[in-house]
Formats: sequence, C-alpha cells, structure tokens
Amino acid sequence: MSSLNKTIFLNLLFSYFPIGMLFLSVFNDFDFNYLKIDYFSFNFVHILIFFWTLKNPDHIGYVSIFIAGIINDVIVGLPIGISSFCYLLICTATAYIRNITLSPNFINDWLSFLFAILLINSIQVLILDLIFLIEIDYLEYLINTGFTFLFYPVFFIIFNYINEKIIIRLND
Amino acid sequence: MATSRDDFVIAFRSAFLKKKDKQKFSLLTLLFLSIFVIVLSNYNFKLIKYIKFGINEVVYRVSFLISAPEKKIQNINSHVKDHMKIYENYKNIELELEAFKQKELMNKFLKMENDKLRKLIDESINSKEILAKVLIDKESPFLKSIILNKGTKDKMKIGMAVVDGIYLVGKIIEVNFTNSRVLLLSDLNSKIPVVLEPIGMQAVVSGTGGDNGKIEYTKEEYGDEIKKVDIIVYTSGLGGLFKPGIPVGKISKDDVKKINFFSDFRQLEYAKIISHSIESNN
Repeated sequence: MSSLNKTIFLNLLFSYFPIGMLFLSVFNDFDFNYLKIDYFSFNFVHILIFFWTLKNPDHIGYVSIFIAGIINDVIVGLPIGISSFCYLLICTATAYIRNITLSPNFINDWLSFLFAILLINSIQVLILDLIFLIEIDYLEYLINTGFTFLFYPVFFIIFNYINEKIIIRLND
Repeated sequence: MATSRDDFVIAFRSAFLKKKDKQKFSLLTLLFLSIFVIVLSNYNFKLIKYIKFGINEVVYRVSFLISAPEKKIQNINSHVKDHMKIYENYKNIELELEAFKQKELMNKFLKMENDKLRKLIDESINSKEILAKVLIDKESPFLKSIILNKGTKDKMKIGMAVVDGIYLVGKIIEVNFTNSRVLLLSDLNSKIPVVLEPIGMQAVVSGTGGDNGKIEYTKEEYGDEIKKVDIIVYTSGLGGLFKPGIPVGKISKDDVKKINFFSDFRQLEYAKIISHSIESNN
C-alpha cells in the first residue's frame, strides 16, 4: 500500500515538475544573477518553456505560461503582460517547429532556440523602449541572450533525463 | 514553390490555432489576451488599478515566502564571509571610529550654525520617517528595484526618498495597499538632482544598470574641477522631491565617470522612507 502511495506521489511529482519549476523560477527569479559575476545573466524561464513546450507540451499548459508571465512582470517591475506575450511567442515558435519537424535533432532545436530568444528579446526591447519609454541596456539583453543560448545544452540534458523518466513512469 | 508556401502556412496556422488535448486555450487567444492586458495595464481606471493592486499584493507575498530559503542561504554565506574577516575589520573600524569622533565634534558645531541660519531666514525643514522591511530584492539584470512592506495604509506616496541609514537608496515609484516598489539609484531610469561637494556643482545622478552611477547634465567647463578632489554627492533638494543633504555616493578623483554609492543595495534588509516639508514663515 505504501509503495503504491509512493509511486502515485512520484508520478505526480514528475508530471507536475515542469509547471512547478516554472512557477518556482518566476517567483524566485532563479537565474544566478545574485552571484554578481560581471556581465553574467541568463534566462532560465526561456530555456524551460522552450524545452517543455517543444518536447512534452502536455505537461506545461499555455494558461500556466501566461500566468507565469504575469507573475514575472509583477516581480521584475515590467508593464504587466509583456513577459506573458514573450513566453507565448516562444510557445508559438516551438509549436511551429513541432509541426515542421519529422525527425527531431538537437542542433536544429538549439539553433531554433537562438532564433526564438533573439526574436522575443528584440520584441521586448522594442516594446519597453519605444512604447513604454523605459531606458534599458541593450548590451545586457544581448549578453543575457548569449548566455541563455549557451546554457541550453546543459539544461537540455537535465530536462531530457527528467522527460524520459516522466514518459516511462506514466506509461507504466 | 507554392507547395512549400502552403506547408509554411499550414504549419503556422496549426501552431497558432490548434489546441493539444490538454490545452484549454489556443495560443492565438492567449497572445491576444496578453496584448489586451498590456494595453489595459496602461490605463488608470479605478477597477484596473484595484486589480493591479490585488495582483501585486498576492505576488509579492508569495514571492517573499518562496524566496525565504534562498535568502537564508545567502545570509549564511554572507555571515561566514564576515566571520572570516572579523579581525581585519575590527582594526579598520577602530581607526575609522577615531576619525569619526573628531568629525562629529565639527558636525555638531556646523549643525548648530545651520539651525541658527535657518532661523534667521525663517525656514525650517520638517521630516517624517517610516521604517520598512525589504520584501523582495531580486537583482534583475534589466530593472533594479526592491519591494518594501509599507504601502498606502502607512501613508506612503510616490516620489518619497528611501534611505539606508543616512544614505540614499532610491525613490518610491509604485504604491500598493501594503507594499511599495523602490527604484534603486543604480537603475538606468533613475535620475536624481544632486550637488557635488566641495565644489558646489549642481548635477543629475543617473544609474548605469550596474553597481555604480554616473553624472549627467553638467557643464563641460566644470570637468577639471572634479578631477582635483574626491567628491561627495548629496541630494540638492531641487525639484522639492528629496530633502537636501542626503549623502548619495562618492566620486574618486582618479575615476570621475563613476559614482560609488554609499549603500550596498544587495545587503538591504530594512530601509527608511523619508517625507519632508520645507516651511517658510515669511
């Protein structure tokens, strides 16, 4: 009986892992920026959303992503709705990639990720700078995009491992 | 050619409109909803304002709770570092204390003199202070701000100065019912009117997005004067927003382009909010 409970608990834990991580990272701003390494910052949420909406979209709903974006805006102090819009654009990119890809390939995913984050960061910069007249550092955004791109393979390995566990557990 | 274009259109339409089994809304619906939210959040209708307050209240509180373990780890790390340097710090503090004791005597005299002069021109500065706890101090690489646990219920207003001890930290830019957001001096959007002493030059301090600030809107001909002495930057009080004389930071004569702020914004646990009024009896 206890082993059955344990299995149910683990199944739940694994299947809610992407959403749990998403909300934890937006509430907690998980990106190691507090390390204060010069010019170092990356966007963990972008990696998380890109990977899970590409590989296993059943475990991360678009509504959750929309709400996570609103929370991120409130915490960071951006005008409400901008992060949601950007996160959903990542989802659009991944949905498109899923539709046109027959055999998934890591390099293709990685390059698509670069294209997606360049696009959404450009849109975010344009909205903040031109519409809301908020002064921002373009270089920071560019470096952030670069590090987010470089960190993708690391988190790809971790998330891929978890994704396989989820698939195996839920098929058992 | 036409086939590949059709494929693109079909894939694109499917990405936007098709819902997976477990998705409740299509991407297009949510994208429009987020645009609607962006547009709506710009209007200051009463209802939208209250919804925004509500969201802010809930999100700040939950974020404070969720980030508590991480904050605890950071505190432990900082305590360990402090303990490692305890003897070295003690020796430095002893020397500084002696210097401060001498300066304090001078300051007392200057303060009395200042009060007398203000009486002569029938002017007095009244200030009120509110102590607040820092709820969230997330260091976003793009926007530098912190959240305090005091809001409209504690008579907080937009534009009030926020200090750490006696040093300026920033100003209030958003007030909710029980909390408020402070724009730190280091943010690119922060602009504070200051006076550079001892040369007496008026300027504006702007954030750089990093840990330092920079001086803006000064005349070129004053450039050489800055390079001769170390400069202390104080609020000038121009514009009436801040009380004059709040210390902001220091400019070293070796690097005049950079203002080192006195307060370390990463170590803030409590802050004071200052409101002031200058009364003239004339």
